[in-house]
Amino acid sequence: MPRRNSIHKLGGEGVNEIATDPGRTTGLLKARISKSTTMKRLKRDKWLYVLLMPGILYFLIFKYVPMWGAALAFKNYQPFTGFWASEWVGFEHFRNFFQNPDFFKLLRNTLLLSLYSLAIAFPAPIIIALMLNEVRASLYKRTIQTLIYIPHFISMVIVVSLTYVLFTTQGGIINELIFQWTGQKIDFLADPHWFRPMIILQNLWKDCGFGTIIFLAAISGVDLEQYEAAHMDGASRWRQIWHITLPSIRSTIIVLLILRTGDLLDNGFEHIYLMSNALNRDVADVFDTYVYTMGITMGAFSYSTAVGLFKSVIGIFLIVSSNYLAKKFGQSGIY
Amino acid sequence: MPRKNRSVTEILFDWVNYLLLGLIACLMLLPFMYVIAGSFASEAELTERAFFIIPRSFSLDGYKYILSSNSIFHSIFVSVGVTFVGSLVNLLFTVTMAYPLARRDLLGRNTVLNLVVFSMLFSGGLIPTYLVVKALGLLDSYGALILPGAISAFNLIIVKNFFQELPAGLEEAAKIDGCTEIGILWKIVLPLSKPVLATFGLFYAVGHWNNFFSALLYLNESSMWPLQVILRQIVMLSQGVGSASQLDTTVQLPEQTIKMAVIVVGTLPIMMVYPFLQKHFAKGVLIGSVKG
Repeated sequence: MPRRNSIHKLGGEGVNEIATDPGRTTGLLKARISKSTTMKRLKRDKWLYVLLMPGILYFLIFKYVPMWGAALAFKNYQPFTGFWASEWVGFEHFRNFFQNPDFFKLLRNTLLLSLYSLAIAFPAPIIIALMLNEVRASLYKRTIQTLIYIPHFISMVIVVSLTYVLFTTQGGIINELIFQWTGQKIDFLADPHWFRPMIILQNLWKDCGFGTIIFLAAISGVDLEQYEAAHMDGASRWRQIWHITLPSIRSTIIVLLILRTGDLLDNGFEHIYLMSNALNRDVADVFDTYVYTMGITMGAFSYSTAVGLFKSVIGIFLIVSSNYLAKKFGQSGIY
Repeated sequence: MPRKNRSVTEILFDWVNYLLLGLIACLMLLPFMYVIAGSFASEAELTERAFFIIPRSFSLDGYKYILSSNSIFHSIFVSVGVTFVGSLVNLLFTVTMAYPLARRDLLGRNTVLNLVVFSMLFSGGLIPTYLVVKALGLLDSYGALILPGAISAFNLIIVKNFFQELPAGLEEAAKIDGCTEIGILWKIVLPLSKPVLATFGLFYAVGHWNNFFSALLYLNESSMWPLQVILRQIVMLSQGVGSASQLDTTVQLPEQTIKMAVIVVGTLPIMMVYPFLQKHFAKGVLIGSVKG
């Protein structure tokens, strides 16, 4: 009876008669049933497919056509000739890009920013989450959480604007204070030495609070009895953090780390673009801004598509290999 | 843990921890408070006093300037309009796609889901997307700010998971009563999903209000620019260190109060919806991380 029900559900009324007598369902019949079942199901769900259409069209037009358009990287695209008529040039754009003296500058700037942020901005939410977990006054904890999540929702333009207003040498409050103490001003916004620290500082300010959410969620799964037992055995708070809390978020840390390595060549276009200016170009130019300048400003569409494709492929390679490494060392990985 | 057992180091540990967290929260908040205070202060006070949270003088010059400046005022309207229409389009596209995908027995469901997930992993890149938008004739139109991001794959999957959790019995009953699929979605599923719709509507709205990149990429016409782009013009390009491209020479060097007032206007809507957002996002982030 249950079996009949399940077939009925899948096939609608037509197959019902046959399904009542399982002995008659030979191979040929089965094929016929599955075909008619398919048609029945399509017909039954026709309104669902109508609803599905706009979404599928969206993904095809704005996600999959561009993926296929990435073939531009192997063509010499001219706006007036169009996509189809443009000639194939193989790996010429990639060769040009790797031989360009700018390539190493871009690679260095991109990687340095990513590595600094991995070393500083990645551990920050973990540390804050551990600190928050030690707070027992729940009202205080909730207030702190509410406050430190706010910057995440502020746009990059506002974050950089705040930085400009606070750090400018022309009456910015930070520089006024530094001037009162030392009699000198520091040009945080134009001095190339300050570019990377400022980017990291902004990243920290914007997301170190919001980043705690996922770790706090992982920590909340820990059985409180473990802490009590540890306390009975005389373990200090540090030892409890080290031996109970940290291990409980280890898999979360590893998953986020794997995802983060996939973004190693991504610095966030908006952020870098807004912070770069004529004086700090040498340290500010990264792959993301290079694609924009070469493609949109200079009109070298094929060349900058090649640069973008190089970035995407390296990103996938990094994510796959770090996942492989994580699994090799006995961790669960992301897939 | 019983209080009497606590040693001196434990108490010290707690105090330092509370203090440090308070300090971090203050660092998050102080820039906002200073800028809000500065936007209501006179220019003279801003140059004289170093740091203040409550201005001694009270001046609305910054806000008066915003009201008198056509470009700023207009850009606020643009941002509000794009945010409103854009979020509605987002919700419409997301819901209509998520609902069929929530049916486990829908033929072709896995293919479509794989299509969606793969688009999260690999993208054609900036230039091909730009060329698609251009080919569709969307350059220099507000459609370019709305359509290319009509569905966030991440949000779609979370909404789909939510629909999947709804009791199937309700839909069965409605079907027996002769309700069509679209009727079920409209009359039964959507009313049950109001909190989810509100949450994702807000998330999408914040995204639209904060969006700078699409406008930079797709809108050449400066009269169409939303607030975020104008904000950058006013605060950054007038600093003297700003990049030379797209410098709007008609904007004269604005004073600090004006810059601060514009920053406040750009932040205000986010602050207004933040309490509502906060109620839901922790949950949203969790659902996504568990089932994504």
